[in-house]
Amino acid sequence: MENKRDWSVHPPYLHPGYKSTVLRAPSKPLIPIKHTLSERGGPVFGMDSIGALDNDLTKNGIKNAEPLGERIVVAGRVIDELGQPVRNTLVEVWQANAAGRYIHKVDQHAAPIDPNFLGGGRCLTDDEGYYKFYTIKPGAYPWGNHPNAWRPNHIHFSLFGRNITTRLVTQMYFPGDPLLQYDPIYLGVPEKSRELLISKFTLDLTEPDFALGYQFDIVLRGHNETPFENK
Amino acid sequence: MALQTPSQTVGPYFAYGLTAAQYGYDFDQIANDVLVPDDLPGDRIHIVGRVFDGQNTTIPDAMLELWQPDIEAFGRIGTGTDPKHRYHFETIKPQSHDGQAPHLVLIVLMRGLLVHAYTRIYFSDEAATNAQDVVLNSVPQERRHTLIAQRHQVNGHTEYHFDIYMQGELETVFFDV
Repeated sequence: MENKRDWSVHPPYLHPGYKSTVLRAPSKPLIPIKHTLSERGGPVFGMDSIGALDNDLTKNGIKNAEPLGERIVVAGRVIDELGQPVRNTLVEVWQANAAGRYIHKVDQHAAPIDPNFLGGGRCLTDDEGYYKFYTIKPGAYPWGNHPNAWRPNHIHFSLFGRNITTRLVTQMYFPGDPLLQYDPIYLGVPEKSRELLISKFTLDLTEPDFALGYQFDIVLRGHNETPFENK
Repeated sequence: MALQTPSQTVGPYFAYGLTAAQYGYDFDQIANDVLVPDDLPGDRIHIVGRVFDGQNTTIPDAMLELWQPDIEAFGRIGTGTDPKHRYHFETIKPQSHDGQAPHLVLIVLMRGLLVHAYTRIYFSDEAATNAQDVVLNSVPQERRHTLIAQRHQVNGHTEYHFDIYMQGELETVFFDV
């Protein structure tokens, strides 16, 4: 079974341009572990974990009106390294609103909160590995990493895959974003794999008179594994 | 073969998306600090600790996920709601499983961590099985103690203390799984 983290595509723990890594990156080498049953299992989530509006962020935070901003569709396929679909796996997302403000209490950026937008959602991939969210295009926002630092527009993604080793937390970016070239979180990723974090605008997903479509496919570790369908 | 999608940090603002109920946001969450139903037979245990950075400062914006292989249970908690930034899990004591000492798999995520870190929690009252455990034995002896939660009796319940040090003298062993 081949199921290794490919360190040539992932960012290193210590990336001093992203200042928070300096005191938080493990400093000693990781210790390799031979996979046991403990690494071959992982949580399995079913439809009971998903609410009716959980994949529609344009609706799941509504208090009295529609959220403001540019409506978008974000969809794609979750596959393994051999291109096989990762079926019925949980995808969680969270993001800032159109003005670049998170609803999180810690976010003090002086941009408006949208009372009708929460910014959190989740869904399961289907039998072919496809997922789809409706949301509002997130805004850029400033952060304290360095003078005049701004995060590019992004949506946070969290996935589980077939077992605990395929767990992936990442961020999806938008094509042509001029802030990407200055963002140390994005630039922490080795050059050869950065592009994998950038969604593609596509008319195929764009819904006429309704929302622009962005495709974001996700490749999880591993292949040729016995699927774990133990719940 | 397709390249793996690279990891990125969970960032500082995960709470309303991943641990919304714990932090008081109007959204539910797929797992929380209690891994098992109340009536599941077994020795009820609590696991409590903090996460420290390289200056031994407590980290208030980490998220921890706990996978319990012997009963296939999963938990998730952020360190931002406890006044001392402790995390707290409740489950039943794991059994030896797959020829290994009783253990839990812990995933550590936070702002400043571009790739989540894996570690394991073993138990101080399992010295004999710990001594035989293949994974523990693959860790240099002087660092094994960082993987062993210390048992305490607190207010009539069993509590294991397990602090996580990202760096330094006491740096927790993290695995390349």
